Amino acid sequence: MTKEELISKLKTIVQPYIQNEDAFNNLSEATDFINDLKINSANLVDVILDVEDEFDIRIENDDMEKMTSVKAAMDIVNEKLAAK
Amino acid sequence: MNNNEIIKLLPYQQPFLFVDILTTISNEGVTGSYTFKKDEYFYKGHFKDNPITPGVILTECMAQIGVVCLGIYMLKEEISKDNKPQIALTSSQVDFFLPVFPGETVTVVSEKEVFRFNKLKCKVKMFNQKNELVCRGQISGMLKAE
Repeated sequence: MTKEELISKLKTIVQPYIQNEDAFNNLSEATDFINDLKINSANLVDVILDVEDEFDIRIENDDMEKMTSVKAAMDIVNEKLAAK
Repeated sequence: MNNNEIIKLLPYQQPFLFVDILTTISNEGVTGSYTFKKDEYFYKGHFKDNPITPGVILTECMAQIGVVCLGIYMLKEEISKDNKPQIALTSSQVDFFLPVFPGETVTVVSEKEVFRFNKLKCKVKMFNQKNELVCRGQISGMLKAE
């Protein structure tokens, strides 16, 4: 999967939970889920569960704490996919 | 932790406690009930001269029994005098089918859908004394003990 494909999949996953449309439209690797997209903590859990389903991976508590930006999510997804 | 201990740990009191008893509880779900007293404070205003239990109160009753009591049960290992349960309602989607009048007893049946990363999401139903479906929906909250 290319970087662009991965970002596009993540974008689809976070869309239902975002509050900031501008930040969403300009989403990049540097986008922070909480500070930029204004996703709340409960919906961040939904994002994580949706990422697990989309990529068929299991995210642990330690990963969850790190997974606060697009870049961090990409790293974790890539790491988990590589380990499969 | 027994069912009465769970109710004692609830962070609510009169006039906003909507749990009388819990009949069954496990890591998969909970069943409990509440009787709406004839003199609950909200009947004076909802509606004028026509007391009917507000939907938000039915939702609250479902959340207290179905999500908060269940969450406290699941966090039982972590709860202590210094680690009280911390809770926040994060979403609710409820459809209503029948009215609940003053004096009625309702039974709430909740099934855990997911409990991960402190978020508890449940499928919750409420039944009246005739075992008719009053309302049903999905309620989520964030829960932890600290």
